[in-house]
Amino acid sequence: MKRSVLETLARDGARAWVRALDCGNGEERLIDPFTDDTPLGLAARRAAIADISAEAEAEGRTWFLEVHNPPLELAVIGAVHIAQPLAAMARLANYRVHVIDPRTAFATEARFPGVTLHSDWPDEFFAARPPSSRTALVVLAHDPKIDDPALEAGLHSPAFYIGALGSKRTHATRLERLAARGFGPDLLARIRGPAGLPIGARSPAEIALSILAQMTQTLRG
Amino acid sequence: MSEELQTAATWLKAGHKVALGTVIRTWGSAPRRAGSQIAVREDGAFLGSVSGGCVETAVIRAALDSIADGQSRDLEFGVSDAQAWEVGLACGGRIRVRVEAVTA
Repeated sequence: MKRSVLETLARDGARAWVRALDCGNGEERLIDPFTDDTPLGLAARRAAIADISAEAEAEGRTWFLEVHNPPLELAVIGAVHIAQPLAAMARLANYRVHVIDPRTAFATEARFPGVTLHSDWPDEFFAARPPSSRTALVVLAHDPKIDDPALEAGLHSPAFYIGALGSKRTHATRLERLAARGFGPDLLARIRGPAGLPIGARSPAEIALSILAQMTQTLRG
Repeated sequence: MSEELQTAATWLKAGHKVALGTVIRTWGSAPRRAGSQIAVREDGAFLGSVSGGCVETAVIRAALDSIADGQSRDLEFGVSDAQAWEVGLACGGRIRVRVEAVTA
């Protein structure tokens, strides 16, 4: 790898790149997969969208397409107890974690080491940082004033995962409120609620594990 | 941007020499998928993996050779490999690893 390629990837890693490596002569090209419309660029785009590095044929040559997608992001709404293990586990799984809670007593550095804390209201936060297709969004606040605007922002975005904690009844009421705000059944079906795979989780850490497992299933499944 | 490449970039900036090992192809049951990388420093420090630990030692050795001579190398590992007793894959799969120095 050329040093300049590595430095570009390190400096500008917030966007997608594909490194194409000629398996025969070792030639290397750094491709912006969303602007390059050459046959090799289009193959790189398919690889980036699938998030799968693989060999591909282009220009009569065999290339290894090495995908470097932007980091996965997790936005946790509500700096509640479950948010602590969820943030820690998601960091281990290579997510950049943001915890959003306007109630500043909850969102403290001591409770969330290594996590970016935001005391904005969720609608302000997401207006400034719209979720992308690499974003998972999990609402945990148990307060419709905080949770609902976050869910609305998620439903207006390509976020790959939208999860909401709460009992089946809480979730049904939540869906009714969002339906009254004009969201149809197809959109509302994007919300996983109650969030998490059914593994019989009890403790906050186990519930966090079930949510991270469901995020992974949605991303990779 | 993976943690491995981020670390490789940090090592370079600090004046170290670095090589990368990348899984470029897998056959059958392989422990890490194509694109998985290991970053290796000239003093043998490394981060990441290309298998479940079965062939890392051989890849690190090749990475140090690449740092020394600037040449890239393609390595293949599988159970039927001649080196199987030393560095074969227990899972029965086969992988090809590209080892390359980071060069100016």
